[in-house]
Amino acid sequence: MDKLLSLTFIGLSRGAVYSAFALALVLIWRAARIVNFAQGAMAVATAYAAYSVTKATDSYWLGFVAALVGGLVLGALVERGVMRFVDHSAPLNNVIVALGVVLVITAIVGMIYGNQFLPFEGPFDQRPLMVGGTGLLSPYDLFVLGTVLLIVVLLALLFTRTPVGLRMRASAFAPEVSRLLGVNVAGMLTLGWALAAAVGAVGGMLVIPTELGLHPHAMDLVFVSAFTAAVVGGLDSPVGAVIGGIFVGLVLTYSTGYIASDITPVAILVLLLVVLLVRPGGLFSTTAARHV
Amino acid sequence: MTATEEVENTRTQGATTLARASTVRGGAFGRTLVRHAVYALVAIVVLIVLTSALAGTGNTFLNYQLAMVCAYLCATAGLTFLTGINGQLSLGHGALMATGAYGAALTIRALADRGIEAVWAVFVALLVGVLAALVVGAVIGAAAARLRGPYLAGVTTVIAIVVPAITTTFDGIFKGDQGLSFVTPSPGAVPALLSNEEWQAYLGIGCAVLVMFLLANLISSRFGRQFRAVANDEVAAKLSGINIARTQVLAFVVSAGCAGLGGALMAAITQQAAPGAYSLTLSLYLLMAIVIGGLGSLAGAVWGALLLVALPDLSTRITDSLELSPDLAQKLDGNLALAIFGLFLIIVMIVAPGGIQGLVRRLSGRLSARRRSAGS
Repeated sequence: MDKLLSLTFIGLSRGAVYSAFALALVLIWRAARIVNFAQGAMAVATAYAAYSVTKATDSYWLGFVAALVGGLVLGALVERGVMRFVDHSAPLNNVIVALGVVLVITAIVGMIYGNQFLPFEGPFDQRPLMVGGTGLLSPYDLFVLGTVLLIVVLLALLFTRTPVGLRMRASAFAPEVSRLLGVNVAGMLTLGWALAAAVGAVGGMLVIPTELGLHPHAMDLVFVSAFTAAVVGGLDSPVGAVIGGIFVGLVLTYSTGYIASDITPVAILVLLLVVLLVRPGGLFSTTAARHV
Repeated sequence: MTATEEVENTRTQGATTLARASTVRGGAFGRTLVRHAVYALVAIVVLIVLTSALAGTGNTFLNYQLAMVCAYLCATAGLTFLTGINGQLSLGHGALMATGAYGAALTIRALADRGIEAVWAVFVALLVGVLAALVVGAVIGAAAARLRGPYLAGVTTVIAIVVPAITTTFDGIFKGDQGLSFVTPSPGAVPALLSNEEWQAYLGIGCAVLVMFLLANLISSRFGRQFRAVANDEVAAKLSGINIARTQVLAFVVSAGCAGLGGALMAAITQQAAPGAYSLTLSLYLLMAIVIGGLGSLAGAVWGALLLVALPDLSTRITDSLELSPDLAQKLDGNLALAIFGLFLIIVMIVAPGGIQGLVRRLSGRLSARRRSAGS
């Protein structure tokens, strides 16, 4: 019972990160109908920026801000510099170009920092606090949960309560009409990419201290888990992404806790296949997307 | 457009597809078969001459590289068939190559344990590698046939990451990160006449030409048109009586078999099967090779396979020639090729979607047009 409880808390914290990352994927999917396969690599790039800033200033928080700003800039750059010019008539094209971005980013960070693991510390203790003899949450887990909750609330407020959020939703929903009504649709698209990349950057900052360290491929498995989370929730639903993230985090933690510690990749594959084959549109979808 | 109009429209499209299909039956196919057989024979002769010429230079590494091009070609041709012809994107072909490689490696080791080190053991190993990839391909293909676009890309990405990781999960059989190493049997009776690298090159040439010959015939056959029809317009294909799911699973299985052969060859050439060689990066490399080579044509797959061997080699030469500090050289090693590949991929996708083969075709078209206008 103690094990179940502590695994649940670990899973929640792990799932929160997947939620943030899945949310970033959903943001871009809703704005541009693109699954951003470069999300993981972009988050790695911002984490390297944070590493450099933290190393120079000796402050984790300045590094965190650097990652956030770096995410905004990188997202806008990728959209304005690359994605905008892709022919979107075939869905294969933007996936392939995003993979090109992955190769370029991986190569560049590899050239600057090398391909070895770099130490990457979090700001808080990662040992769980003991409550009645059971290790539950560590201060770092609380920080992760709090940050993700803050992101979700801020994004919800942005999209439902502000004029910019309304414009972003309008230009994703009906680009032509929005343009006629004077909305800067291209600008909103860039803003969507920038926001998503910033959220992804925060996700990277939160997850990398819990893993082996900073590495050009540090986010590969996280990206795959977050993609699974986004698919579980349905790519169109931000709420679904958050719930999907928590769900995936719990399933992965239980399977590593109860079956074997290195089963994570297999568990992701099984989970993704089951969801896609049983409910291809995600657990929260209402309509069928394809008729053949 | 109303719903009935739409149905009417797709029905006419379907009818034209069928009509076009029926005009290219019969004698034409026999002629195509002969033409492809002649191409294959010419390719074999040219490549055998090339192998002995390369052996004559005394640099055995060149024949090793030729063998690697052939191994990559099996995989890129298979991927071209799946992505270019049938329209299914797979980011997991590196994993299918790994399946073939481990199948072959386990077979060679099992046979060697029983004291069998004859040349036919290699062929058995290649066959087992292909069969293993066929089985895995059938499983993935059955799932893939229900998925489209980004979902399919996501699942195949997971496969590309998961399969190498499985070698660590079951390290009793697969020996974890270290991988399986073995000695590939070679015709040792005539070592003076045939070096190990030449033997590997011949092996590779045989497999690559076989794959190209079979795929070329498959693409220009009745089935080939079905594969294309499914890629171009699923509704029209379905109305023409094509079983979409079966066609897609079949395409995936064929493609997986080719990738498995490529992987098995790679294992036989490098004499080992280790997860590091079959990472997600390999899958991305394969996709990138066929895109840069020219998506949708087997000639593009040849360009892609050449690039996969030539570009890393070129980037190593560049870093070697720059006389950098060892630290910087180590950082550039491999990453430079990665950066060049990535940039090429983006530029080709945006500027020249036809890839190298598209450029070649456009150039030769322009030349023949000029000749025609000069003649008249």
